[in-house]
Amino acid sequence: MQSEWLYVGLFLLVGIIVPVVPLAFAALISPRKPNPIKQSTYECGIETVGDSWVQFKAQYYIFALVFLVFDVETVFLFPWALSLKQLPLYVVMEGIIFIAILVAGLVYTWRKGLLEWV
Amino acid sequence: MNFLNDPINFVASWLHGLLTGWRLPDGLATVIVYFIGIVVLVIFAMTLDIGLVWVERKVVARFQDRLGPNRIGPFGLIQPVADIIKLVIKEDITPAGADKIIYNIAPVLAAMSVIALWAILPLSSKIFGVDLNVAVLYLVAAGALGTLAIIMAGWSSNNKYALLGAFRMVANIVSYEIPMVVTLLIPVILADTMSVQGITQAQSGMWFAILSPLAAIIFLISAIAELGRSPFDLTEAESELTAGFNVEYSGMKFGWFYASELLHAFTYGGFMAVMFFGGYGGFFGLETIPGFHWLTNPFVEALVFIAKGMLGYWVIMWIKYSMPRIRIDHMLAFNWKFLTPLSLVVLVDTAVLSKLLSGLPAWEYVLGMFLSNVIIAVITVEILRGYGRKQRLAEERLPAQAVHN
Repeated sequence: MQSEWLYVGLFLLVGIIVPVVPLAFAALISPRKPNPIKQSTYECGIETVGDSWVQFKAQYYIFALVFLVFDVETVFLFPWALSLKQLPLYVVMEGIIFIAILVAGLVYTWRKGLLEWV
Repeated sequence: MNFLNDPINFVASWLHGLLTGWRLPDGLATVIVYFIGIVVLVIFAMTLDIGLVWVERKVVARFQDRLGPNRIGPFGLIQPVADIIKLVIKEDITPAGADKIIYNIAPVLAAMSVIALWAILPLSSKIFGVDLNVAVLYLVAAGALGTLAIIMAGWSSNNKYALLGAFRMVANIVSYEIPMVVTLLIPVILADTMSVQGITQAQSGMWFAILSPLAAIIFLISAIAELGRSPFDLTEAESELTAGFNVEYSGMKFGWFYASELLHAFTYGGFMAVMFFGGYGGFFGLETIPGFHWLTNPFVEALVFIAKGMLGYWVIMWIKYSMPRIRIDHMLAFNWKFLTPLSLVVLVDTAVLSKLLSGLPAWEYVLGMFLSNVIIAVITVEILRGYGRKQRLAEERLPAQAVHN
């Protein structure tokens, strides 16, 4: 059990090393002649107007809220799905009622028009 | 135990014996053996990645009625190597005002997220990284890391195009993660385990794609969306965002985004095979017949797995080069008003039927599962058709009224 996660940890470490090696190699041998024009932000030849870090549209936030509800739900559903074969039928039904409550939430957001992109 | 039947354990135990023979402590020897194994697996993945670049360029050329790379090496096979050399010796330009730390971490993270997926990819019953008991959760987690890399790249570039690409990726990930996770629950229900080896072995008699074809289709669609490939390639969208999140990247940093996208597509093709198409096995019991026992050889299984993964990769490419890009509001509406409800219906259907039909003979169980999916598909198509008819009538009525007035 412990050695499995040791393996995953080592894998992530190798996963970092492998992309870094060519990048480091490229940094060693590639030319470096920076100048202000070359480093300016790409904007189809036009200079950037205002700050590049513009604000998120509020619309994304609403979708993120709906997402949060469902994402937490799926985490709860994994143990339910995993033990489905051993569970009696009424516990399966309880899981379905749990899904139904969340679907009610989705229907509510839908009816409220929050799923429309404006 | 010999090399042909169990290559990884054979080499690993030999190496472990060698290292402990050199008076190394047992724990250190284990770590070194793991490390060598991981490096070999990752190098294999990277070599495959180079091949995938060639396949991608050759296949897209055929789709567009071109020849593709054919100058360097036979059939242009050395072309990706030439590309890599070019990318490495290119000047690396960092845009002024970029958030340098995040800007440099993003390509590494993009590559790492897909390499991390290879830790649980079951190439065969004996050749695999690790068989986690929560592998499905690990798949979801590591898959989401790739999107994080895209968001970081878009944010740190100090470019409005890149930032818009990142915004769209956020909308994409918060939408398509839901149907993906819900459809991943279905193999978990059917196989009664979250380990990828267990899921593969549960399909030795019957693929889950036959028990639940709708789940397989929904998984494919949400995997394409999570990859950010066309028709969901709003993050790159050459025609409107130039290159989206990676517009400011050059040289090998861009190379890692490109390479990891292709390897990601193959890896999701592989997981598609694992979850729904029997993975390295799934020969419908053929391997138990005398004379076909060689199918369970680890190397044959690995070849079968790579073939299935390539098929998935090819399907993803086929969709990419056949479909126009969809608009962001359509993309979100398609997810929230169609895929999410449908995936939940399929989940409930699978949960109830796997409980009710579990006592029946195998063929009745399979038939019941399959027919329930067909019924759901027919009802869905009918609802969509009714909605489409209503829309069409509403559109036809408007000009008619205009004429009356």
